[in-house]
Amino acid sequence: MSAWRDFFASRLGIISVGAFIGVFASLLQKWGNPGNMGICVACMERDVAGAIGFHRAAMVQYLRPEIIGFVLGAMAAAFIFREFRPRAGSAPIVRFVLGMLAMIGALVFLGCPWRALLRLAGGDGNAILGLLGLVGGVWIGTLFLKGSYNLGRNQSTFASGGWLLPIIMLGLLALRLVFPQIPDKDLSGIIFYSVKGPGAQFAPLPVSLAVGLAVGFLAQRSRFCTMGAIRDLVLFRQMHLLSGMLALLVAAFLVNLILGQFKPGFAGQPVAHTMGLWNFAGMVVAGLAFTLAGGCPGRQLFLAGEGDGDAAVFVLGMLVGAAVSHNFGLASSPAGVGPYGIHAVLLSLAALLFIGFTMRQKTS
Amino acid sequence: MSDIIDARGLSCPQPVLITLEKLKTLNQGQVVVLVDTDTSRENVLRAAATLGWQAGDIQVEGSEYRLTLKKE
Repeated sequence: MSAWRDFFASRLGIISVGAFIGVFASLLQKWGNPGNMGICVACMERDVAGAIGFHRAAMVQYLRPEIIGFVLGAMAAAFIFREFRPRAGSAPIVRFVLGMLAMIGALVFLGCPWRALLRLAGGDGNAILGLLGLVGGVWIGTLFLKGSYNLGRNQSTFASGGWLLPIIMLGLLALRLVFPQIPDKDLSGIIFYSVKGPGAQFAPLPVSLAVGLAVGFLAQRSRFCTMGAIRDLVLFRQMHLLSGMLALLVAAFLVNLILGQFKPGFAGQPVAHTMGLWNFAGMVVAGLAFTLAGGCPGRQLFLAGEGDGDAAVFVLGMLVGAAVSHNFGLASSPAGVGPYGIHAVLLSLAALLFIGFTMRQKTS
Repeated sequence: MSDIIDARGLSCPQPVLITLEKLKTLNQGQVVVLVDTDTSRENVLRAAATLGWQAGDIQVEGSEYRLTLKKE
């Protein structure tokens, strides 16, 4: 057990996990997931929000089993390695709002950091500006961290408190099983499905769930985090997490080459638009929100799986953020930014600066 | 008497930030860091090592760790 623990904490461990995610993300596309979206935590949570009717964007409604797998896989790893630590209480309302803002920014770009890498690995040049925006957002976040930004300490809580998000995920899985898709129908019982569009593209349920569980397990062990990768480089000149992030990119690129999924260009890329400035600015918002919350969307799911109630609140914020994005015309589409997407980016940035400047505390 | 840094309950990257801040002011000696997650334990030890601080004694107290860092 201790040897495994050491392996996952090592440089080779994080690289292996990044490569695993990259390989299986590309394979999930081959097996049915949308283009350059083998795994996208933001898009998949957005699809989940659509499946349970939080928004009614017809093209993006599917109860993605990968998200469920991420939380439950991380929880399994936490239990096996005795790391399940129920904790909560570090500024939950702020974390909820940060989750909302992160989702709003990510849906202007059309992807979380994982998908930004996968888009680049698939040849989508628009992802370059998205990734630069992510770096910019994280860099602004590190200035706040150096300036004593801090949401305060959490406290240990009841074991059952740590179970709540995993139980919600089990509930979603039950809904997915009880109400399977009915061909050409957008509603099965109480669960919405997409008849066309990205929401209608998905790998078989057992495959999606199995990959989700495996990724959740491995990412919990290795602490894989794309925001942390950039943050640690900027703040501490540390390459540890970054090497995992780069491994994801390289592995996905190689598998895409082998599978014929690498198609370089800017126009006509799957689920992407070419408005460079807003690809950049959307990810500045998302990157800053992740940094102020202490983790990228994937990492928040894994933390929630190991009992972190504050991370769970961030996840719920992202689900509501997806609803807000689609209900109010903030989310982009392949045609470009939504009618209020630009307003949303500017207001979100203002909200994040307000949080960053006003929530400072000396801890030592 | 060692300096004690209480990083319990703090989320990433606060434990590393406050530990490094302290280590840079001391430059040598012994520091004790209290953390309550395995992630913080790994991150603090990894960051301390980059400044040449070695992990001495690591005590487990319930769900918490008491990390002793040393530099000659």
